[in-house]
Amino acid sequence: MFEDGAIVNELLVERLNYFIYVVLLLIGLHAMISKRNLIKKLIGMSIFQTAIILFYVSIAVKEEATIPIYKAEHDPHGEVHHHPEKGGEEAEAHHGPVALKDEEIKQYANPLPHVLMLTAIVVGVATLGLALALTQRIYQGYGTIEEDELLTKIERADDRASQSPLKSNQSPSPKKAKGSATAKKATASPSRKSGSASQGKSAAKRKPAKRKPGSGGGKKA
Amino acid sequence: MKLLSLVPVVAVGGLLLFAAQDFPEWGDPASPASTSPVSSHFIQSTGVDTEVPNMVTAVLADYRGFDTMFETVVVFIAGMAVLAILKSSGRRKGKREHEVEAEPDLIVTNTVRLIVPVIQIFAFYVLAHGHVSPGGGFQGGVVMGASFILVALAWDLEVALARFSAEKCILVAALGIVLYGGIGFLSMLLGGEFLDYAELEKVLPVSREMARYHAMLGVEIGVGFTVTAIIFALYANLSTEGRLKGGL
Amino acid sequence: MGVDLFNTFILLLLVAAALTALRARDLITASVVFGVYSFLMCLLWAEMGAVDVAFTEATVGAGVSTVVMVATIFNLKRKSSD
Repeated sequence: MFEDGAIVNELLVERLNYFIYVVLLLIGLHAMISKRNLIKKLIGMSIFQTAIILFYVSIAVKEEATIPIYKAEHDPHGEVHHHPEKGGEEAEAHHGPVALKDEEIKQYANPLPHVLMLTAIVVGVATLGLALALTQRIYQGYGTIEEDELLTKIERADDRASQSPLKSNQSPSPKKAKGSATAKKATASPSRKSGSASQGKSAAKRKPAKRKPGSGGGKKA
Repeated sequence: MKLLSLVPVVAVGGLLLFAAQDFPEWGDPASPASTSPVSSHFIQSTGVDTEVPNMVTAVLADYRGFDTMFETVVVFIAGMAVLAILKSSGRRKGKREHEVEAEPDLIVTNTVRLIVPVIQIFAFYVLAHGHVSPGGGFQGGVVMGASFILVALAWDLEVALARFSAEKCILVAALGIVLYGGIGFLSMLLGGEFLDYAELEKVLPVSREMARYHAMLGVEIGVGFTVTAIIFALYANLSTEGRLKGGL
Repeated sequence: MGVDLFNTFILLLLVAAALTALRARDLITASVVFGVYSFLMCLLWAEMGAVDVAFTEATVGAGVSTVVMVATIFNLKRKSSD
């Protein structure tokens, strides 16, 4: 790949703008993965979204083309006068829309990526609003928005919940067999940490643990 | 963790840069995107089909109107979801660390009192003039919603809510979508397909192209309603955690 | 056209703004620099001829998005650990 060194030249000189778009994408992606604060993650998400929109809009650019709004001579509501000086055209005032010819199409920038990216921007702000609402809710529930402190608090909440004094002697055995199978599946997804923290405890104790984190989280919120 | 996360990020970057070598030169008029027949068709026939000079608005509201309708629905759902998440919030755990109990400032309130009508007229202008100049439903709706946020920032959130209450927000947002879908259904009842605006020439005394022109305006008004209401509701709920008291 | 000087300059400013917004320890600073990032994007798109997209980003990104983020941070902690 590096046999002639022209790769670096090509990337950094001719396609510099694509290089910088990729750098922006990577900044956003790295922020989403590695930052601990939730608001920084959201800022990273938004940087990622706007960088993608920038990439699309840059595809729509045409050299020496104007904005995608009809110029005065192609205006559908305007009057187009054909002068007899221009060879071969009759002298009439033509009112109304005309379909453009090929060389006139080249004068306008491509409108299609603009349309798609308008939708993308609006959906992006809706997503950002929703994510901020979720962040506020998390702060109300746990008192912090740093990811490591959040994980510690969730672990501690699950630990406290699974050590509840309600023992399993009130649940009959056929329900226990079915309950332990569903408890294994249910506790596998929401609380991976509690599964590791409560190893050595019996499966019967996991069944009240399945019910407890739901009400414990509800009490906190 | 931060150094470990650099590895997949750099890998993704390497792959993207490897693909970037094949991209066309920036601004090339012969690139596949610039010469595609879809874009050429849009540039050519927007004037003939709809008599709207702004190609982007024409494509957004007429040729790809289905897309815009569902985007409006997405904005509406996001607003409803924010309401649902924050409505059931409990008591605040402690005092927030920086209480602001400032009086409304004299200069700010008088300036805002002068500026807000101008902003709202500008929002209507952007919405209605979106056929001819850059603008349209979204932009006008956001500027209108921002004017209400400005009132809430200069005085108090209660002052803004007295003018545009939370129930009215939801009603106006739903009204916008009903307007959009209503125009679509009307054209279906008149014999065309859903969102085929040209069929509206049977109720309006205009030609087929001008029927599309006017239906586009109606559709943009619907979008503007929804976006205004949701932007303001978003601000009102986020700054007060759903309780609509206090706030910035 | 190629890649000309103005675009390259604005793109480098964009990268600088993105890095600053992510490194700031104070979340209000991060939101405001994020508003600057949105404005620079809007300027770049207006120069590229995408006027509708630039209009939307100016109102939505630099207006509403920044205000909503500051309103949220008002209810959370203002300091971030990284």
